[in-house]
Amino acid sequence: MMNVLASQQAIDWAYLVAVVLFVLALKWLSSPTTARHGVLAGEIGAALAVIATLADPEVVQYKWIIIALIIGAGVGIPLGMVKITAVPQRTALSHAFGALSAAMIGIAEYYVGVPHVTRFGMGEIGLEVIIGSLTFTGSLIAAGKLQEILPQRPITYRGQNIVSLSVLGAAILMAVALVINPNHTFLFPCMVGMALIFGVLLVTPIGGADMPTVISLLNSYAGFSAALLGFVLNSKVLVVAGALDGSSGFILSVIMCKAMNRSFTNVMFGAFGQVQASAAGAAEERTVRSASPEEAAGILAAASRVVIVPGYGMAVAQAQHKVRELFDALSKKGVDVSFGIHPVAGRMPGHMNVLLAEADIPYDKLREMDDVNSDLPQTDVALVIGANDVTNPAARTDSGSPIYGMPILDVDKARTVMVIKRSMNPGFAGIDNPLYYFDKTLMLFGDAKGFVSDIVRELAGGASH
Amino acid sequence: MPSDFMSNLYVFILAGFVGFEVIKRVSPLLHTPLMSLTNALDAIVVVAAIIIAGRHETPLSTVLGAVAVAASFSNMVGGFFITDRMLRMFKTGRPPK
Repeated sequence: MMNVLASQQAIDWAYLVAVVLFVLALKWLSSPTTARHGVLAGEIGAALAVIATLADPEVVQYKWIIIALIIGAGVGIPLGMVKITAVPQRTALSHAFGALSAAMIGIAEYYVGVPHVTRFGMGEIGLEVIIGSLTFTGSLIAAGKLQEILPQRPITYRGQNIVSLSVLGAAILMAVALVINPNHTFLFPCMVGMALIFGVLLVTPIGGADMPTVISLLNSYAGFSAALLGFVLNSKVLVVAGALDGSSGFILSVIMCKAMNRSFTNVMFGAFGQVQASAAGAAEERTVRSASPEEAAGILAAASRVVIVPGYGMAVAQAQHKVRELFDALSKKGVDVSFGIHPVAGRMPGHMNVLLAEADIPYDKLREMDDVNSDLPQTDVALVIGANDVTNPAARTDSGSPIYGMPILDVDKARTVMVIKRSMNPGFAGIDNPLYYFDKTLMLFGDAKGFVSDIVRELAGGASH
Repeated sequence: MPSDFMSNLYVFILAGFVGFEVIKRVSPLLHTPLMSLTNALDAIVVVAAIIIAGRHETPLSTVLGAVAVAASFSNMVGGFFITDRMLRMFKTGRPPK
């Protein structure tokens, strides 16, 4: 007995150390210079906690644990090696796994505990399992959309919000009935089923453009379901890890919403991308100025300060390595080149930074929106590659525009604007961009990768004019 | 209301504040690694899964526990791995050629 007590204490200490290391891990992530220490701290903390738990005398059978650990590692390692463009769907999938795990444990606790589950305990389990289940299916749908297995556009129908909320309401009612009498075991699987369906209904109507927000929200749900599980199991290490993950997801969701000038309710129930489809096509014939790679190279080489504004279109065209070559070529000529990164550039928070870092662009050249905006009026050339809405001045000026009020990169304030674009077709959200018709704007028509390499070639060869 | 609940609530709220203050300071540059790292940390749920799977109470709880172990351990391994992989890509100024 003495032995059991001592080992329980050792486990508690291991968990405490793990929690401290987790907080340090996030603290060190504040700067790229210390960030990798953060990962190491997290790894040590997690390893300590896992080893201590494996030594717990409560664990009497190891067969299934070992098999599951091997399967987990077998799935996790390949998922850690995906391409950077695929990181958003990997992340969504990992939210799904995290939520699945939390839901499974909650369900097991219920069935092991019944008929001795208290009403209070039932309330905790009910809430935990509902959030875990809806996050599981919701994240799977998000991953499917990001992987483009499922249609990216929002899928909507009349009365959708009423149907969705009724399903959630039904799940909550069943949870309440279970709290009143936890021994109504037949209600439990119905409650789980309703929560699973609600997760699907929740994410299906949300369009691809809103994925950064959705992914952050699901992140926060996954965290809170883990924290709730900590309440169910009376495990402080889960409460802390879940609270950290949950607050991180929450902060990111708020940042993403602000960056799109949207509210949570609007993202969840607004089905963005649907409304604008009708607004497109209204653009009458207006004149645009276009330029060849040779002309573009000449202007860039003569500039002293250039800001490149990349969007997800750049990553789709696999142009980031060519952009790096452009960066190198211009830097060598003494041009000050930096990158203006909009918070929603890419498909998840911070995605564009990782894509550019992967292409070996120094991170001190990746600048935040506010920082770049203060410099754009003194910038000779703003070069927009694969971005559209985040540069649309209508967001500042046209109160009728669907993106009115959204913070943008003020590229129109630079002396010359160059936009690499395939054609004049309106972009993903179908919103016309007045930027393209300005006198100072030069349209560079073509594929991002091809056009940038043409510019690089011109800069290398005949830059003497 | 069980006393455990209150102490857990204290921990939850304080950890939430700590998380908020610490994460607020993470540069937007690193928001993608932040999400994959918090995901890996959240996978600490695996310790609860190990207990459920290893206590050997009912076949159902063992199966559910084992699924939970596999799901959360994959997040733990994959999350730390990909976070470190991404962070290694962030370099400051390039060496002159």
